[in-house]
Amino acid sequence: MTKVSMTVNGRAVSAETEGRTLLSAYLREGLRLTGTHVGCDTSQCGACVVHVDGKPVKSCTVFAQDVAGADVRTIEGMANADGSLGVIQQAFQDHHGLQCGFCTPGMVMSAAALLAENPKPTEHEVRHYLEGNICRCTGYHNIVKAVMAASGQDVSALAAE
Amino acid sequence: MHNFDFVKPASIADAVKAMGHDGAQALSGGQTLIPTMKQRLAAPTVLVSLTGISEMKGVCMGEGGLHIGAATPHAVVAAEAGAVYPALAALAAGIGDPAVRSKGTIGGSLANNDPAACYPSAVLASGATVVTNRRKIAADDYFQGMFTTALDEGEIITEVVFPIPQKAAYVKFNQPASRFALTGVFVAKYPGGVRVAVTGASASGVFRWAEAEAALSANFAAGAIAGLTVDASGMIGDLHGTQAYRANLVKVLTGRAVTAAG
Ligand SMILES: Cc1cc2nc3c(=O)[nH]c(=O)nc-3n(C[C@H](O)[C@H](O)[C@H](O)COP(=O)(O)OP(=O)(O)OC[C@H]3O[C@@H](n4cnc5c(N)ncnc54)[C@H](O)[C@@H]3O)c2cc1C
Ligand code: FES
Ligand code: FES
Repeated sequence: MTKVSMTVNGRAVSAETEGRTLLSAYLREGLRLTGTHVGCDTSQCGACVVHVDGKPVKSCTVFAQDVAGADVRTIEGMANADGSLGVIQQAFQDHHGLQCGFCTPGMVMSAAALLAENPKPTEHEVRHYLEGNICRCTGYHNIVKAVMAASGQDVSALAAE
Repeated sequence: MHNFDFVKPASIADAVKAMGHDGAQALSGGQTLIPTMKQRLAAPTVLVSLTGISEMKGVCMGEGGLHIGAATPHAVVAAEAGAVYPALAALAAGIGDPAVRSKGTIGGSLANNDPAACYPSAVLASGATVVTNRRKIAADDYFQGMFTTALDEGEIITEVVFPIPQKAAYVKFNQPASRFALTGVFVAKYPGGVRVAVTGASASGVFRWAEAEAALSANFAAGAIAGLTVDASGMIGDLHGTQAYRANLVKVLTGRAVTAAG
Protein backbone atom coordinates (compact mmCIF):
# COMPACT_ATOMS: atom_id res chain seq x y z
CA MET A 1 0.00 0.00 0.00
CA THR A 2 1.14 3.53 -0.77
CA LYS A 3 -0.15 6.62 0.94
CA VAL A 4 -1.41 9.18 -1.59
CA SER A 5 -1.94 12.82 -0.60
CA MET A 6 -3.77 15.47 -2.58
CA THR A 7 -5.98 18.49 -2.06
CA VAL A 8 -9.69 17.73 -2.33
CA ASN A 9 -12.14 20.63 -2.22
CA GLY A 10 -9.45 22.81 -0.67
CA ARG A 11 -8.62 20.32 2.09
CA ALA A 12 -5.33 18.41 2.37
CA VAL A 13 -6.23 14.70 2.45
CA SER A 14 -4.47 11.36 2.24
CA ALA A 15 -5.45 7.70 2.02
CA GLU A 16 -3.79 4.34 1.43
CA THR A 17 -3.88 3.03 -2.14
CA GLU A 18 -2.80 0.13 -4.29
CA GLY A 19 -1.44 0.76 -7.78
CA ARG A 20 -4.83 -0.16 -9.21
CA THR A 21 -6.85 2.15 -6.92
CA LEU A 22 -8.89 4.43 -9.16
CA LEU A 23 -9.43 8.07 -8.28
CA SER A 24 -13.17 7.28 -8.01
CA ALA A 25 -12.44 4.60 -5.38
CA TYR A 26 -9.96 6.87 -3.57
CA LEU A 27 -12.67 9.52 -3.25
CA ARG A 28 -15.60 7.23 -2.45
CA GLU A 29 -13.97 4.53 -0.32
CA GLY A 30 -10.79 6.22 0.89
CA LEU A 31 -12.29 9.59 1.75
CA ARG A 32 -15.97 8.60 1.99
CA LEU A 33 -16.90 11.32 -0.49
CA THR A 34 -19.68 9.32 -2.12
CA GLY A 35 -21.14 12.23 -4.09
CA THR A 36 -18.99 11.17 -7.05
CA HIS A 37 -21.00 8.38 -8.71
CA VAL A 38 -19.74 5.41 -10.66
CA GLY A 39 -22.24 4.54 -13.38
CA CYS A 40 -20.49 2.48 -16.02
CA ASP A 41 -16.90 2.18 -14.77
CA THR A 42 -15.90 1.98 -18.46
CA SER A 43 -15.36 5.71 -19.20
CA GLN A 44 -18.60 6.04 -21.13
CA CYS A 45 -21.17 7.73 -18.88
CA GLY A 46 -19.49 10.68 -17.17
CA ALA A 47 -21.24 10.21 -13.78
CA CYS A 48 -17.80 10.15 -12.15
CA VAL A 49 -16.47 13.44 -13.58
CA VAL A 50 -14.41 15.50 -11.13
CA HIS A 51 -11.90 18.30 -11.74
CA VAL A 52 -8.17 17.60 -11.49
CA ASP A 53 -6.12 20.79 -11.52
CA GLY A 54 -9.14 22.55 -13.00
CA LYS A 55 -9.75 20.07 -15.84
CA PRO A 56 -12.71 17.67 -16.05
CA VAL A 57 -11.69 14.01 -15.91
CA LYS A 58 -13.52 10.71 -15.55
CA SER A 59 -12.35 9.62 -12.11
CA CYS A 60 -13.07 5.96 -12.95
CA THR A 61 -10.35 6.18 -15.61
CA VAL A 62 -7.52 7.76 -13.60
CA PHE A 63 -5.28 6.02 -11.06
CA ALA A 64 -5.08 7.76 -7.69
CA GLN A 65 -1.29 7.40 -7.62
CA ASP A 66 -1.05 9.18 -10.98
CA VAL A 67 -2.68 12.33 -9.54
CA ALA A 68 -0.86 12.40 -6.18
CA GLY A 69 -0.40 16.03 -5.15
CA ALA A 70 -3.14 17.29 -7.48
CA ASP A 71 -5.85 19.80 -6.69
CA VAL A 72 -9.16 17.91 -6.99
CA ARG A 73 -12.69 19.26 -6.84
CA THR A 74 -15.75 17.07 -6.46
CA ILE A 75 -19.48 17.68 -6.23
CA GLU A 76 -19.05 18.06 -2.44
CA GLY A 77 -17.02 21.18 -3.19
CA MET A 78 -19.74 22.83 -5.29
CA ALA A 79 -22.03 24.11 -2.51
CA ASN A 80 -21.61 27.60 -1.09
CA ALA A 81 -19.62 28.09 2.13
CA ASP A 82 -22.85 28.31 4.16
CA GLY A 83 -24.01 24.94 2.81
CA SER A 84 -26.61 26.32 0.42
CA LEU A 85 -26.59 25.04 -3.17
CA GLY A 86 -24.10 26.61 -5.60
CA VAL A 87 -25.37 28.47 -8.66
CA ILE A 88 -25.24 25.46 -11.01
CA GLN A 89 -26.77 23.10 -8.44
CA GLN A 90 -29.57 25.59 -7.72
CA ALA A 91 -30.25 25.94 -11.45
CA PHE A 92 -30.57 22.15 -11.77
CA GLN A 93 -33.14 22.20 -8.98
CA ASP A 94 -35.02 25.22 -10.35
CA HIS A 95 -35.23 23.85 -13.89
CA HIS A 96 -35.82 20.18 -13.01
CA GLY A 97 -32.46 19.20 -14.50
CA LEU A 98 -32.57 15.88 -12.64
CA GLN A 99 -34.94 13.04 -11.92
CA CYS A 100 -33.18 10.11 -10.21
CA GLY A 101 -30.07 12.27 -9.75
CA PHE A 102 -27.55 9.56 -10.54
CA CYS A 103 -25.90 11.45 -13.40
CA THR A 104 -26.17 14.82 -11.66
CA PRO A 105 -22.77 15.03 -9.91
CA GLY A 106 -21.01 14.43 -13.24
CA MET A 107 -23.36 16.78 -15.08
CA VAL A 108 -22.72 19.56 -12.58
CA MET A 109 -18.95 19.08 -12.68
CA SER A 110 -18.91 19.05 -16.50
CA ALA A 111 -21.15 22.11 -16.56
CA ALA A 112 -18.82 23.89 -14.14
CA ALA A 113 -15.83 23.08 -16.38
CA LEU A 114 -17.72 24.41 -19.40
CA LEU A 115 -18.73 27.67 -17.71
CA ALA A 116 -15.16 28.22 -16.49
CA GLU A 117 -13.97 27.95 -20.12
CA ASN A 118 -16.94 29.60 -21.78
CA PRO A 119 -19.08 31.71 -19.41
CA LYS A 120 -21.93 32.34 -21.91
CA PRO A 121 -22.26 29.19 -24.02
CA THR A 122 -24.91 28.77 -26.69
CA GLU A 123 -27.42 25.94 -26.39
CA HIS A 124 -25.46 24.04 -29.04
CA GLU A 125 -22.20 24.52 -27.13
CA VAL A 126 -23.80 23.17 -23.94
CA ARG A 127 -25.09 20.08 -25.75
CA HIS A 128 -21.74 19.51 -27.42
CA TYR A 129 -19.76 19.88 -24.19
CA LEU A 130 -22.02 17.46 -22.32
CA GLU A 131 -21.58 14.73 -24.97
CA GLY A 132 -19.68 12.54 -22.51
CA ASN A 133 -22.34 12.75 -19.80
CA ILE A 134 -25.20 10.32 -20.17
CA CYS A 135 -28.58 10.75 -18.46
CA ARG A 136 -31.12 7.94 -18.52
CA CYS A 137 -34.00 10.02 -17.13
CA THR A 138 -34.38 13.60 -18.17
CA GLY A 139 -34.02 13.58 -21.95
CA TYR A 140 -31.42 16.35 -21.48
CA HIS A 141 -33.57 19.39 -22.30
CA ASN A 142 -33.90 20.55 -18.71
CA ILE A 143 -30.21 19.89 -18.06
CA VAL A 144 -29.31 22.16 -20.96
CA LYS A 145 -31.79 24.72 -19.69
CA ALA A 146 -30.28 24.59 -16.20
CA VAL A 147 -26.76 25.12 -17.50
CA MET A 148 -27.90 28.04 -19.67
CA ALA A 149 -29.70 29.54 -16.67
CA ALA A 150 -26.65 29.05 -14.44
CA SER A 151 -24.66 31.08 -16.98
CA GLY A 152 -27.05 33.97 -16.37
CA GLN A 153 -28.85 33.71 -19.72
CA ASP A 154 -32.60 34.02 -20.23
CA VAL A 155 -34.02 30.54 -20.76
CA SER A 156 -37.71 31.43 -20.94
CA ALA A 157 -37.69 30.92 -24.72
CA LEU A 158 -35.93 27.53 -24.63
CA ALA A 159 -38.40 24.91 -25.75
CA ALA A 160 -39.12 22.00 -23.43
CA GLU A 161 -39.41 19.88 -26.58
CA MET B 1 -8.15 -5.48 -12.45
CA HIS B 2 -4.92 -7.22 -11.47
CA ASN B 3 -2.67 -5.18 -9.24
CA PHE B 4 0.68 -3.74 -10.35
CA ASP B 5 3.48 -1.50 -9.16
CA PHE B 6 3.03 2.10 -10.20
CA VAL B 7 6.02 4.24 -11.08
CA LYS B 8 6.05 7.83 -12.26
CA PRO B 9 9.46 8.83 -13.60
CA ALA B 10 10.31 12.49 -14.25
CA SER B 11 12.55 11.96 -17.30
CA ILE B 12 12.55 9.92 -20.51
CA ALA B 13 15.78 8.23 -19.40
CA ASP B 14 14.16 7.01 -16.16
CA ALA B 15 11.04 5.90 -18.03
CA VAL B 16 13.14 3.85 -20.45
CA LYS B 17 14.91 2.25 -17.49
CA ALA B 18 11.57 1.43 -15.80
CA MET B 19 10.25 -0.07 -19.06
CA GLY B 20 13.08 -2.61 -18.80
CA HIS B 21 11.22 -4.46 -16.00
CA ASP B 22 9.55 -7.71 -16.94
CA GLY B 23 5.85 -7.04 -17.61
CA ALA B 24 6.28 -3.25 -17.71
CA GLN B 25 3.89 -1.14 -19.77
CA ALA B 26 3.64 2.59 -20.45
CA LEU B 27 0.63 4.55 -19.16
CA SER B 28 -0.15 7.88 -20.76
CA GLY B 29 -3.68 9.28 -20.52
CA GLY B 30 -5.07 5.86 -19.58
CA GLN B 31 -8.26 6.43 -21.60
CA THR B 32 -7.67 3.23 -23.54
CA LEU B 33 -5.34 1.27 -21.28
CA ILE B 34 -7.33 1.54 -18.02
CA PRO B 35 -10.57 0.16 -19.55
CA THR B 36 -8.45 -2.58 -21.18
CA MET B 37 -6.91 -3.47 -17.81
CA LYS B 38 -10.35 -3.56 -16.19
CA GLN B 39 -11.32 -6.21 -18.75
CA ARG B 40 -8.05 -8.01 -17.97
CA LEU B 41 -7.08 -7.81 -21.62
CA ALA B 42 -3.88 -6.18 -20.36
CA ALA B 43 -2.25 -7.05 -17.04
CA PRO B 44 1.06 -5.23 -16.67
CA THR B 45 3.06 -5.92 -13.52
CA VAL B 46 4.71 -2.50 -13.61
CA LEU B 47 2.89 0.55 -14.94
CA VAL B 48 5.18 3.36 -16.03
CA SER B 49 3.29 6.67 -16.05
CA LEU B 50 4.54 9.14 -18.65
CA THR B 51 2.42 12.01 -17.32
CA GLY B 52 5.12 13.42 -15.06
CA ILE B 53 7.73 13.84 -17.81
CA SER B 54 7.75 17.52 -18.74
CA GLU B 55 10.08 16.99 -21.75
CA MET B 56 7.30 14.86 -23.31
CA LYS B 57 4.62 17.56 -23.04
CA GLY B 58 3.87 20.65 -25.04
CA VAL B 59 3.30 22.08 -28.51
CA CYS B 60 5.93 24.22 -30.24
CA MET B 61 7.35 25.08 -33.67
CA GLY B 62 10.81 23.69 -34.37
CA GLU B 63 12.91 21.96 -36.98
CA GLY B 64 10.69 20.15 -39.48
CA GLY B 65 7.44 21.73 -38.33
CA LEU B 66 5.13 21.47 -35.33
CA HIS B 67 6.52 19.38 -32.46
CA ILE B 68 3.97 17.80 -30.12
CA GLY B 69 5.18 15.95 -27.03
CA ALA B 70 3.78 12.42 -26.91
CA ALA B 71 2.24 12.98 -23.46
CA THR B 72 0.39 16.13 -24.55
CA PRO B 73 -3.37 15.77 -23.95
CA HIS B 74 -5.82 16.28 -26.80
CA ALA B 75 -7.25 19.38 -25.06
CA VAL B 76 -3.83 21.08 -25.10
CA VAL B 77 -3.33 20.34 -28.81
CA ALA B 78 -6.84 21.67 -29.46
CA ALA B 79 -6.02 24.88 -27.58
CA GLU B 80 -2.45 25.47 -28.76
CA ALA B 81 -1.95 24.05 -32.27
CA GLY B 82 -4.64 26.20 -33.91
CA ALA B 83 -2.45 29.13 -34.93
CA VAL B 84 -0.10 27.05 -37.11
CA TYR B 85 -2.07 23.89 -37.92
CA PRO B 86 -5.82 24.57 -37.51
CA ALA B 87 -6.94 21.24 -39.03
CA LEU B 88 -4.89 19.34 -36.44
CA ALA B 89 -6.27 21.44 -33.58
CA ALA B 90 -9.80 20.83 -34.86
CA LEU B 91 -9.17 17.08 -35.02
CA ALA B 92 -7.96 17.07 -31.41
CA ALA B 93 -10.99 19.13 -30.36
CA GLY B 94 -13.29 16.47 -31.85
CA ILE B 95 -11.88 13.43 -30.04
CA GLY B 96 -14.31 11.85 -27.59
CA ASP B 97 -15.61 14.33 -25.02
CA PRO B 98 -14.01 17.02 -22.82
CA ALA B 99 -13.03 14.61 -20.03
CA VAL B 100 -11.39 12.22 -22.52
CA ARG B 101 -9.53 15.17 -24.05
CA SER B 102 -8.22 16.29 -20.62
CA LYS B 103 -6.37 13.00 -20.21
CA GLY B 104 -5.96 11.20 -23.55
CA THR B 105 -2.71 11.91 -25.40
CA ILE B 106 -1.35 11.81 -28.94
CA GLY B 107 1.35 9.29 -27.98
CA GLY B 108 -1.20 6.91 -26.48
CA SER B 109 -3.44 7.21 -29.51
CA LEU B 110 -0.58 6.45 -31.92
CA ALA B 111 0.83 3.58 -29.85
CA ASN B 112 -2.62 2.02 -29.68
CA ASN B 113 -3.40 2.59 -33.40
CA ASP B 114 -7.08 1.85 -33.06
CA PRO B 115 -8.47 1.42 -36.59
CA ALA B 116 -11.11 4.08 -35.80
CA ALA B 117 -8.85 6.59 -34.04
CA CYS B 118 -8.47 10.13 -35.37
CA TYR B 119 -4.77 11.01 -34.93
CA PRO B 120 -3.35 8.25 -37.17
CA SER B 121 -5.03 9.92 -40.17
CA ALA B 122 -3.43 13.28 -39.37
CA VAL B 123 0.00 11.72 -38.90
CA LEU B 124 -0.21 9.75 -42.16
CA ALA B 125 -1.71 12.60 -44.23
CA SER B 126 0.92 15.03 -42.92
CA GLY B 127 3.81 12.65 -43.55
CA ALA B 128 4.70 13.32 -39.91
CA THR B 129 7.60 11.75 -38.05
CA VAL B 130 7.05 9.61 -34.95
CA VAL B 131 10.04 10.14 -32.68
CA THR B 132 10.87 7.48 -30.07
CA ASN B 133 13.58 7.07 -27.48
CA ARG B 134 15.49 5.04 -30.11
CA ARG B 135 14.77 6.46 -33.59
CA LYS B 136 12.66 8.54 -35.93
CA ILE B 137 9.94 6.65 -37.80
CA ALA B 138 8.29 8.05 -40.95
CA ALA B 139 4.50 7.87 -40.85
CA ASP B 140 4.49 5.67 -43.97
CA ASP B 141 6.51 3.05 -42.06
CA TYR B 142 4.88 3.47 -38.68
CA PHE B 143 1.32 2.15 -39.17
CA GLN B 144 1.27 -1.60 -39.84
CA GLY B 145 -2.41 -2.53 -39.61
CA MET B 146 -5.09 -2.59 -36.93
CA PHE B 147 -3.57 -2.06 -33.47
CA THR B 148 -0.15 -2.77 -34.99
CA THR B 149 2.75 -0.33 -35.30
CA ALA B 150 6.50 -0.28 -35.91
CA LEU B 151 7.15 0.15 -32.18
CA ASP B 152 9.33 -2.49 -30.54
CA GLU B 153 8.88 -3.91 -27.05
CA GLY B 154 9.64 -1.21 -24.47
CA GLU B 155 10.02 1.56 -27.06
CA ILE B 156 8.49 4.91 -26.04
CA ILE B 157 7.14 7.57 -28.40
CA THR B 158 8.56 10.88 -27.18
CA GLU B 159 7.19 13.33 -29.74
CA VAL B 160 5.57 13.72 -33.14
CA VAL B 161 6.73 16.26 -35.74
CA PHE B 162 4.19 17.55 -38.28
CA PRO B 163 5.29 19.41 -41.44
CA ILE B 164 2.84 22.31 -41.87
CA PRO B 165 0.62 21.96 -44.96
CA GLN B 166 -0.60 24.81 -47.19
CA LYS B 167 -4.17 23.62 -46.71
CA ALA B 168 -5.73 20.78 -44.73
CA ALA B 169 -8.93 19.52 -43.18
CA TYR B 170 -10.21 16.51 -41.27
CA VAL B 171 -13.80 15.39 -41.65
CA LYS B 172 -15.10 12.66 -39.39
CA PHE B 173 -18.38 10.79 -39.58
CA ASN B 174 -19.02 10.00 -35.91
CA GLN B 175 -20.01 6.58 -34.69
CA PRO B 176 -22.80 8.08 -32.58
CA ALA B 177 -22.30 5.99 -29.44
CA SER B 178 -18.52 5.97 -29.10
CA ARG B 179 -17.78 9.20 -31.02
CA PHE B 180 -14.85 7.44 -32.67
CA ALA B 181 -14.66 7.74 -36.46
CA LEU B 182 -17.09 5.48 -38.32
CA THR B 183 -14.94 6.83 -41.12
CA GLY B 184 -12.71 9.89 -41.10
CA VAL B 185 -10.62 11.50 -43.84
CA PHE B 186 -7.66 13.84 -43.42
CA VAL B 187 -6.60 15.75 -46.55
CA ALA B 188 -3.37 17.79 -46.56
CA LYS B 189 -1.92 19.81 -49.45
CA TYR B 190 1.86 20.29 -49.54
CA PRO B 191 4.03 21.87 -52.25
CA GLY B 192 5.07 18.33 -53.23
CA GLY B 193 1.49 17.05 -53.59
CA VAL B 194 -1.69 16.17 -51.75
CA ARG B 195 -1.93 13.36 -49.19
CA VAL B 196 -5.22 11.70 -48.24
CA ALA B 197 -5.39 9.41 -45.21
CA VAL B 198 -8.47 7.44 -44.21
CA THR B 199 -9.29 6.08 -40.75
CA GLY B 200 -12.20 4.00 -39.48
CA ALA B 201 -12.92 2.40 -42.83
CA SER B 202 -10.39 -0.32 -43.54
CA ALA B 203 -9.88 -3.62 -41.74
CA SER B 204 -6.14 -2.99 -42.18
CA GLY B 205 -6.28 0.29 -40.27
CA VAL B 206 -5.41 3.78 -41.48
CA PHE B 207 -4.46 3.96 -45.18
CA ARG B 208 -3.60 6.43 -47.97
CA TRP B 209 -5.99 6.70 -50.88
CA ALA B 210 -3.50 6.90 -53.74
CA GLU B 211 -5.94 7.58 -56.62
CA ALA B 212 -7.45 10.53 -54.79
CA GLU B 213 -3.99 11.89 -53.98
CA ALA B 214 -3.08 11.83 -57.68
CA ALA B 215 -6.33 13.45 -58.76
CA LEU B 216 -6.19 16.14 -56.06
CA SER B 217 -2.51 16.88 -56.67
CA ALA B 218 -3.49 17.72 -60.27
CA ASN B 219 -6.60 19.67 -59.29
CA PHE B 220 -7.36 20.48 -55.64
CA ALA B 221 -11.15 20.56 -55.92
CA ALA B 222 -13.86 18.21 -54.64
CA GLY B 223 -14.93 17.55 -58.24
CA ALA B 224 -11.54 16.08 -59.08
CA ILE B 225 -12.44 12.80 -57.37
CA ALA B 226 -15.95 12.55 -58.86
CA GLY B 227 -14.98 9.73 -61.22
CA LEU B 228 -13.15 7.63 -58.64
CA THR B 229 -14.56 4.65 -56.78
CA VAL B 230 -13.35 2.96 -53.61
CA ASP B 231 -13.09 -0.82 -53.51
CA ALA B 232 -15.40 -2.08 -50.76
CA SER B 233 -13.55 -5.34 -50.21
CA GLY B 234 -11.23 -4.96 -47.24
CA MET B 235 -13.48 -2.34 -45.65
CA ILE B 236 -14.90 -2.85 -42.15
CA GLY B 237 -18.49 -4.02 -42.20
CA ASP B 238 -20.47 -4.05 -38.95
CA LEU B 239 -23.89 -3.14 -37.57
CA HIS B 240 -23.03 0.56 -37.84
CA GLY B 241 -22.26 0.43 -41.55
CA THR B 242 -21.70 -2.11 -44.31
CA GLN B 243 -18.49 -2.35 -46.33
CA ALA B 244 -20.15 -0.58 -49.26
CA TYR B 245 -21.42 2.15 -46.95
CA ARG B 246 -17.94 2.81 -45.61
CA ALA B 247 -16.41 2.74 -49.11
CA ASN B 248 -18.91 5.39 -50.13
CA LEU B 249 -18.17 7.43 -46.99
CA VAL B 250 -14.48 7.51 -47.92
CA LYS B 251 -15.28 9.28 -51.16
CA VAL B 252 -17.95 11.59 -49.74
CA LEU B 253 -15.81 12.65 -46.79
CA THR B 254 -12.74 13.18 -48.98
CA GLY B 255 -14.77 15.60 -51.10
CA ARG B 256 -16.02 17.38 -47.99
CA ALA B 257 -12.51 17.62 -46.57
CA VAL B 258 -11.20 19.19 -49.79
CA THR B 259 -14.03 21.72 -49.72
CA ALA B 260 -13.41 22.44 -46.02
CA ALA B 261 -9.69 22.92 -46.68
CA GLY B 262 -10.66 25.61 -49.18
C1 LIG C 1 -15.37 7.71 -24.41
C2 LIG C 1 -14.14 7.73 -25.29
C3 LIG C 1 -14.23 8.29 -26.55
C4 LIG C 1 -13.11 8.34 -27.38
N1 LIG C 1 -13.24 8.89 -28.61
C5 LIG C 1 -12.17 8.93 -29.44
C6 LIG C 1 -12.25 9.52 -30.73
O1 LIG C 1 -13.29 10.06 -31.13
N2 LIG C 1 -11.16 9.50 -31.52
C7 LIG C 1 -9.98 8.98 -31.09
O2 LIG C 1 -9.02 9.01 -31.84
N3 LIG C 1 -9.86 8.42 -29.88
C8 LIG C 1 -10.92 8.39 -29.05
N4 LIG C 1 -10.79 7.83 -27.80
C9 LIG C 1 -9.48 7.28 -27.42
C10 LIG C 1 -8.65 8.34 -26.76
O3 LIG C 1 -8.21 9.28 -27.70
C11 LIG C 1 -7.45 7.73 -26.06
O4 LIG C 1 -7.01 8.74 -25.22
C12 LIG C 1 -6.29 7.29 -26.90
O5 LIG C 1 -6.63 6.38 -27.87
C13 LIG C 1 -5.22 6.64 -26.04
O6 LIG C 1 -4.44 7.62 -25.48
P1 LIG C 1 -4.03 7.59 -23.96
O7 LIG C 1 -3.07 8.72 -23.77
O8 LIG C 1 -5.24 7.60 -23.12
O9 LIG C 1 -3.23 6.22 -23.87
P2 LIG C 1 -3.21 5.04 -22.81
O10 LIG C 1 -4.56 4.51 -22.62
O11 LIG C 1 -2.46 5.48 -21.60
O12 LIG C 1 -2.30 4.00 -23.58
C14 LIG C 1 -2.74 3.33 -24.74
C15 LIG C 1 -1.65 2.36 -25.21
O13 LIG C 1 -0.51 3.07 -25.68
C16 LIG C 1 0.67 2.74 -24.94
N5 LIG C 1 1.39 4.01 -24.81
C17 LIG C 1 0.89 5.17 -24.29
N6 LIG C 1 1.77 6.17 -24.46
C18 LIG C 1 2.85 5.64 -25.10
C19 LIG C 1 4.08 6.20 -25.56
N7 LIG C 1 4.37 7.52 -25.41
N8 LIG C 1 4.96 5.39 -26.18
C20 LIG C 1 4.67 4.07 -26.35
N9 LIG C 1 3.51 3.50 -25.95
C21 LIG C 1 2.61 4.26 -25.32
C22 LIG C 1 0.16 2.13 -23.65
O14 LIG C 1 1.09 1.24 -23.11
C23 LIG C 1 -1.10 1.44 -24.12
O15 LIG C 1 -0.80 0.22 -24.72
C24 LIG C 1 -11.88 7.79 -26.94
C25 LIG C 1 -11.78 7.22 -25.66
C26 LIG C 1 -12.89 7.19 -24.83
C27 LIG C 1 -12.78 6.59 -23.47
S1 FES D 1 -18.35 5.77 -14.18
FE1 FES D 1 -16.72 6.87 -15.04
S2 FES D 1 -17.46 7.31 -17.00
FE2 FES D 1 -19.06 6.08 -16.20
S1 FES E 1 -31.39 12.08 -13.65
FE1 FES E 1 -31.39 9.92 -13.69
S2 FES E 1 -29.67 9.51 -14.94
FE2 FES E 1 -29.83 11.64 -15.13
